[in-house]
Amino acid sequence: MSIFEIMGPAMIGPSSSHTAGAARLGMMARLLFAAEIDRAVVKLHGSFADTASGHGTDRAVIGGLLGFLPDDERLKNSFALAEKENMQYSIEEIKLREVHPNTVLIELYNQAAAKELKMIGSSVGGGRIEVTEINGSSVKLTGRMPTLWILHKDRPGEVAIITSILGEHQINIAFMQVYRNRKGDIGSCIIELDQKPGEEVIESLSRSKDIFQVRYLPAL
Amino acid sequence: MEYKSTAELSSLAEEENTSISEIVLKVEMEESELSRSEIESRMAANLQVMRDAVERGINNKIESGGGLVGEEALKMQSFLNSNPLEKDNIYNTVISYALAVSEVNAGMGKIVAGPTAGASGIVPAVVLALAEKLELGDEQIIKSLYTAAGLGYVVSRKATLAGAAGGCQAECGVASAMAAGAAVELRGGTPEMVVNAFALALKNMLGLVCDPVAGLVEVPCVKRNAAAASHALSASTMALAGIKSVIPADEIIIAMTEIGDQLPSCLKETSKGGLAITPTALKLKEEIFGKK
Ligand code: SF4
Repeated sequence: MSIFEIMGPAMIGPSSSHTAGAARLGMMARLLFAAEIDRAVVKLHGSFADTASGHGTDRAVIGGLLGFLPDDERLKNSFALAEKENMQYSIEEIKLREVHPNTVLIELYNQAAAKELKMIGSSVGGGRIEVTEINGSSVKLTGRMPTLWILHKDRPGEVAIITSILGEHQINIAFMQVYRNRKGDIGSCIIELDQKPGEEVIESLSRSKDIFQVRYLPAL
Repeated sequence: MEYKSTAELSSLAEEENTSISEIVLKVEMEESELSRSEIESRMAANLQVMRDAVERGINNKIESGGGLVGEEALKMQSFLNSNPLEKDNIYNTVISYALAVSEVNAGMGKIVAGPTAGASGIVPAVVLALAEKLELGDEQIIKSLYTAAGLGYVVSRKATLAGAAGGCQAECGVASAMAAGAAVELRGGTPEMVVNAFALALKNMLGLVCDPVAGLVEVPCVKRNAAAASHALSASTMALAGIKSVIPADEIIIAMTEIGDQLPSCLKETSKGGLAITPTALKLKEEIFGKK
């Protein structure tokens, strides 16, 4: 732990969990979506819903979706800025089952590209976050380290190919999780790294035959 | 080098014949692999955020999320400006700065969490007011922030810094203790005095519950920041006079953890007890959120 986690971080108040964490969750959804957001539906659960407007949780999530980090003063005016950027949004309440009290479900849409994203994530204290579900698959994504999210064909040896490409580029893996919905279907691999991977790493991964998507998520 | 307790922190400083801030900085350099000047400029950036928040709070009315606070620092400022004798009293400067930062926090403004956003007014109020009074430069203020951070770091290794887990003693209490230590260093005290100031401040904040009205970081938080900041200054003066805490700092941290565990959850940021369920608090809550 760094002293900048004690005398810091610089952030927009009033609450590390309800404001800073909420902005990070919005930002994470934006990075996962990686397309222009036409419309966002933000569904707040539990304590997030109870004190949403008082803690600016609603504005912070929208700000994160617009690409603002927790120390960005534009967070406060994110509703107006969203309108300016033609991002439609709605804030709703939801009751989710068996989740952390500070949880949000974010749905993002882009009509032209027919893209959708559904992400569930929680603010777990001190501004730290945990994304627990992406498009129906359960995951665990914290945004504390540079991360790669890779969709690949679920077949024997595919994960080894991914790790060997990283190894060739001298990239050290800190944590790795592999998921799939059905055997032989699309596998999803989340790899947290000790260092930021260069463009060439992402390119060589994308070139690999059975890899459908490589998304780089910087540490937030 | 490594430190796990306040005792280790002060003995390392005494062995090396240096200050606690220097030990904290050296350990941070080793851990983060950043240079001295990189760390300095990061802390300088935080210092700038603190200064801006003070300026903003003492000169402007703040629109807070629930509207329960917003003009306290402004009121202090106009009171001080019309009473030269009061203005000269450093406690009053500390109070107005703590209110200022804390209100900026409540109004979705930019602050430096220290150790949390809810307690973010305490350390800046104490170090900035003292530095003004003693005419100290940024270099010294930055050092005192390392000391504050190092002390908070020791707490974080053994206890929680979240009101939701340990009550307000873990937020405003710890911030007050961090600020007391930083104040001693700014005022030229020894490492042992730094640790004693930390101990005296923390000891007298034990048991403080977290019971925010309507779940907002406004009442009692904003004025509590002012109280905890002036408390830090008192503890630092006692320590400089050579007064010691009978119970050692590291044992107080353990006591704080145990008290935090024993506190019922209704007094740990759930707004289900204490001030939060007084008739006035419930009425305010209804007014703020009822019509949402
Ligand atoms: S009362 Fe609770 S919310 Fe307010 S400052 Fe203390 S710990 Fe934070």
